Amino acid sequence: MSNSIIQVQNVSKSYWRDSLEVPVLNDISIDVHEGEFLGLMGPSGSGKTTLLNLIAGIDRPSRGNVIVGGIDITKLNESNLAKWRSRHIGFVFQFYNLLPVLTAFENVELPLLLTSLSKAERKKHVELSLDVVGLGDRIHHYPKQLSGGQEQRVAIARAIVTDPTLLVADEPTGDLDKRSAEEIMILLERLNTEFKKTIVMVTHDPRAAEKAKVVHHLDKGELS
Amino acid sequence: MKIFKLIFKNALRHKLRTFLTITGLAIAVLAFGVLRTVIDMWNEAVNAAPIDRLIVRQYVSYIFPLPYAHLSKIQKVPGVECVSYANWFQGVYKDKRNFFTRMAVDAETYFSVYDEFLISPDELAAFKQERNSCVVGSAIAEQYGFKIGDIIALEGDIYPGHWEFVIRGIYKGRDKATDVSQMVFHWTNVDERMRQEMPGRAGDVGWYIAKIKDESHAAPISEQIDAIFTNSGDATKTETERAFTQNFISGLNSLLTAMNFVSFVIIGIIMLVLGNTMIMSARERTREYAVFKTLGFSASHIVIIILGESLLIALLGAGLGVLLTYPVVSIIAALVPKGTFPYFFITPTTLILAAGAALLIGLAASIFPIQRALRTRIVDGLRFAG
Repeated sequence: MSNSIIQVQNVSKSYWRDSLEVPVLNDISIDVHEGEFLGLMGPSGSGKTTLLNLIAGIDRPSRGNVIVGGIDITKLNESNLAKWRSRHIGFVFQFYNLLPVLTAFENVELPLLLTSLSKAERKKHVELSLDVVGLGDRIHHYPKQLSGGQEQRVAIARAIVTDPTLLVADEPTGDLDKRSAEEIMILLERLNTEFKKTIVMVTHDPRAAEKAKVVHHLDKGELS
Repeated sequence: MKIFKLIFKNALRHKLRTFLTITGLAIAVLAFGVLRTVIDMWNEAVNAAPIDRLIVRQYVSYIFPLPYAHLSKIQKVPGVECVSYANWFQGVYKDKRNFFTRMAVDAETYFSVYDEFLISPDELAAFKQERNSCVVGSAIAEQYGFKIGDIIALEGDIYPGHWEFVIRGIYKGRDKATDVSQMVFHWTNVDERMRQEMPGRAGDVGWYIAKIKDESHAAPISEQIDAIFTNSGDATKTETERAFTQNFISGLNSLLTAMNFVSFVIIGIIMLVLGNTMIMSARERTREYAVFKTLGFSASHIVIIILGESLLIALLGAGLGVLLTYPVVSIIAALVPKGTFPYFFITPTTLILAAGAALLIGLAASIFPIQRALRTRIVDGLRFAG
């Protein structure tokens, strides 16, 4: 367990629907090593997105621990967890979740507003990130002026702009056509191989999963 | 890109909705401002009335006259500095709609008692000298284009007949609260004609005005004056000019209360309008707030984003409403007959109330959306389909 950056230890998660407990994850344990590209696959309702959310610190387990970069994030309060996310997690959503009133530049700049970087430094970081995703020439475009693939690339630029410890992606190609999906997966693979980013990705798409170095399958809340 | 830029961009996201909300707020603030101004002016009229002047009127009602003979007795009361008297004349100047205060007064003492009416010594001397002369306030001089030497013809009603008065003076107000909408002329002139045409009404005085040396003695002096006439057929009721003015407008109290109530109902309506807009906006952005939280933005950031937008819209609406209130109040001031209010302007209190209400409304309208945004878990927010 030398270089595990993520340790998911005996994690269970249940939701309550009225008085009915609905188990989603059952005693899951996973180790993810630094620089790894992990794919989480499974049918709908298998708990893969829930597991991703627990790793990203946007949800809390009912039982068990999630240790990321040596920090047990299940022990952090909401405020510290928010700070931790801003420093360590880059999130890529299925539906991009860009703010429609902000330009590509401004969307990517958002996470940097929580840092102490100067305006000039922020500009440098944002431009670099947009260059990495190949949208250096679209910085003043609004989301509605971009294609789905371009929007997702802006979302990836937003996710990497703070140089986070971990990149989590929830169905990053789920809303894209085949060609755009391929481009996004090449980009994620490049971020993993060239920029040494640790990536945890949830996907339904076997072609997307092919890019991952390690793939875990979940079924009914358990690793199979 | 700062949070404030985001607030501004969010406020303009649905331009038509924001425009309609701001317009609604502006109209409500305008209505609030106008109502408050009317209420303020009524209250100011009372507060502006001094307490070192006593009004001595007939005990039952001021519509009944007092005898001229009371004058010398009031003058002798210790503490009384100077006594003047006046009669409500009314009459019609060209048209009944041309309303302004018209009174027959004691020319010798009236401007001494009302020292806030500023008139040049020459004009005052000319007025005193000429029995059929008059003095008009600067407001009505301006409104009707009166100049020194002009003749004002009135058709009498309370005092029947055709009356003509030569303008010998135009007085100004010492301050903004001074009533500069009066036309005054010689009581002796009116009384002399009454003596000839209606002898039964000769020697009638509408009310006496007693200026006292020490306003703290207003109560005992009033009691002394009334005590003199208690057992006579012309008993008096003496009170300070402020109390007299207050009683005079007491018949309007229920109207003022209603206006006061309506002005605050308007605040409630504004709150609902903005609250509705903010709730809709916040609901539509449920997923965005979840994204903010995912990116590491704290609860205080979410509060600033929602509260900032609410305050921005509220203040824009209030600002526009206040800006509109000025010309509307000016139009109303021009339309209402002179003398209805001694003056008519927006007080700083009204501006502070409007701005304060806007802040309060901005704050209140954001409470529910903030609460909702903060309570929604990130995972639920990200699933929100809106």
